[in-house]
Amino acid sequence: MIPLSWYLIVAALLFSIGLFGVMSRRNAVAILMSVELMLNAVNINLVAFWRYVWYDNVDGLVWAVFVLTVAAAEAAVGLALIISVYRSRDSVVADELDTLKN
Amino acid sequence: MTTDQVIFIILSVITLGTALLVVTLRNLFHAALALMATFLGVAGLYVMLDAGFLAAAQLLVYIGAISILLIFAIMMTRRLMSADEPAFNSQVWAALVTAVVGFLVVLWAILRLTGLGTEDLSILWRAPVDSKPIGLDVLPYIQNSVAAMGQAFVDPNGFVLPFEIASVLLLAGLVGAIIVAWPKAEDEES
Repeated sequence: MIPLSWYLIVAALLFSIGLFGVMSRRNAVAILMSVELMLNAVNINLVAFWRYVWYDNVDGLVWAVFVLTVAAAEAAVGLALIISVYRSRDSVVADELDTLKN
Repeated sequence: MTTDQVIFIILSVITLGTALLVVTLRNLFHAALALMATFLGVAGLYVMLDAGFLAAAQLLVYIGAISILLIFAIMMTRRLMSADEPAFNSQVWAALVTAVVGFLVVLWAILRLTGLGTEDLSILWRAPVDSKPIGLDVLPYIQNSVAAMGQAFVDPNGFVLPFEIASVLLLAGLVGAIIVAWPKAEDEES
């Protein structure tokens, strides 16, 4: 028997690792990968609460599928943006993308 | 310790260990491979939670599509592959502190909500509702959950509108990604 809190703690750890990656990585692709980690953590939480609390209702699963869909769209558009930025500025380091600064 | 607890711990160690590799590895290509392993561990957690359809979707969408997309992006931006670039920016320690503090706050909330001493909200420490033993009799139940989810997607009282909006979002993302990544005229000449 696995208590629900185990899933919540694993998801919280995964989310924190993703948060650390988003804030500390220099490379834009690495930031995008960290965002995917955070989305996965959210999905674990959704599915765990569905399984343990609302098992007679599929709402939690449906929400998780929507998160999956939005993550796919986000990855596609984000990577297109990164490739476009790389083409025009020859860099994918987030610190160097400072055209809008000042 | 029961068998499913051991499996859960193994899956969690795979997931969290490879996630740590994703955020720390200097070589982005290796980080992308570690990310695929993370997705695989999360898919295993979905299976532990009787969400078989979601585990399959995770394999197809994350490992099959998003990881390949990420690897393409890594290979098309050549500076990523050089190993002498620093992996982190100047705020790495602030980020570490923020992440650890954030995790501790969430952990405090989880432990507090479960009411360690009291019986209040003890659902977080109980077995899942309608728990079935691992075995073949679990299979029809999973299929029922998939069928119920499919009906919820097309049910007017359910999720038919978000379902349609999700397809519009995917179309917009597809068109937007093509337009954003389309080479400009001066790029084609050079």
